[in-house]
Amino acid sequence: MNKTVNQKAWFLVLPVLVLVAFSAIIPLMTVVNYSVQDSFGNNEFFWAGLEWFEEMLESERMWAALWRQLAFSAIILAIEIPLGIFVALNMPKSGFWASFCLVLMSLPLLIPWNVVGTIWQIFGRVDIGLLGYTLDAIGIDYNYTQNFYAAWATVIVMDVWHWTSLVALLAYAGLQSIPDAYYQAAKIDQASRWAVFRYIELPKMAGVLMIAILLRFMDSFMIYTEPFVVTGGGPGNSTTFLSIDLVKMALGQFDLGPAAAFSIMYFLVILLISWVFYTVMTNMDKRDGA
Amino acid sequence: MLDWMAWTWPTAAFFLVIASLLVTMTVLAIRFPETPRQGVLGIETTRGDRLFITLLGSAFINLAWLGLTDLPQWWALGLCAIYAAAVFRWV
Repeated sequence: MNKTVNQKAWFLVLPVLVLVAFSAIIPLMTVVNYSVQDSFGNNEFFWAGLEWFEEMLESERMWAALWRQLAFSAIILAIEIPLGIFVALNMPKSGFWASFCLVLMSLPLLIPWNVVGTIWQIFGRVDIGLLGYTLDAIGIDYNYTQNFYAAWATVIVMDVWHWTSLVALLAYAGLQSIPDAYYQAAKIDQASRWAVFRYIELPKMAGVLMIAILLRFMDSFMIYTEPFVVTGGGPGNSTTFLSIDLVKMALGQFDLGPAAAFSIMYFLVILLISWVFYTVMTNMDKRDGA
Repeated sequence: MLDWMAWTWPTAAFFLVIASLLVTMTVLAIRFPETPRQGVLGIETTRGDRLFITLLGSAFINLAWLGLTDLPQWWALGLCAIYAAAVFRWV
């Protein structure tokens, strides 16, 4: 049979291509251009070569921000993924309470980042905030503006509060797609609760969990607004994550060249990690499909 | 019109090279369709995937060269060429 070959559908992709060009490709090219030049404003640029890259690679400030950022992403993933799975496993499967839980779970996801920041900024205050006041009353020295551990704890708990729902909802969707026959078979075999989780639920959730990990990793790796609103990067530099440092450098100090070089390295790290995740994900799908 | 983008010849050449690589790959893909193959990484790759791995790896090779050695940057480009050949042969 002769199949008609028609490639005209590609034209339908054109609007997206134009949008991406203006929102991503052209700005990215500009950043590359900035990274090899120096500017004092007034749209005047001077050639600097690879100087900024060298400076940034040797900059302790940048490495410190990078490690801080990786630590933050690792910690929130280590909390949110197991917690999200646990919540999903315990959610009702059907009926009124299932819908109720779904709505309840999606509420934090609907709140804008800066509002989440403000909520926790007030919530944690020792003088008027419920959390800060309570902790202070029971004798715990809690002050997120001065104490390193308190600041980190607040930022992490805030992220967990905001985004665990996303993991839970994705895991829940994965669980709902498992046919009853699997559970019946497990029952006949007298499988333990752990065995059911390990050999039925977890493998069936693996796909959506990878998406959850990828989304949460990228989002937490680029986090800006929430810690900026709550701690402003402090105390000292202890919660100054990569993007906060970047904005300080580019807009606060108007060091466009170093900031551009810094951004490109930041972009490369994200690109590498996302590619690894994506490759693992698609290969897992193929293996499952085979 | 493009003043605000602060173009320089080296960066323009850099993007032109990448653009021409992409065009070449597209033309090759249309002219000589291929099936993905499995290489040393254990993942299925097409020519486009191998180009992506080459470019991303080359970026890191160049950064490592810049950060770790004081030798001329051009040598890193030579290393990237060897890396590219290896990726296209074995990955």
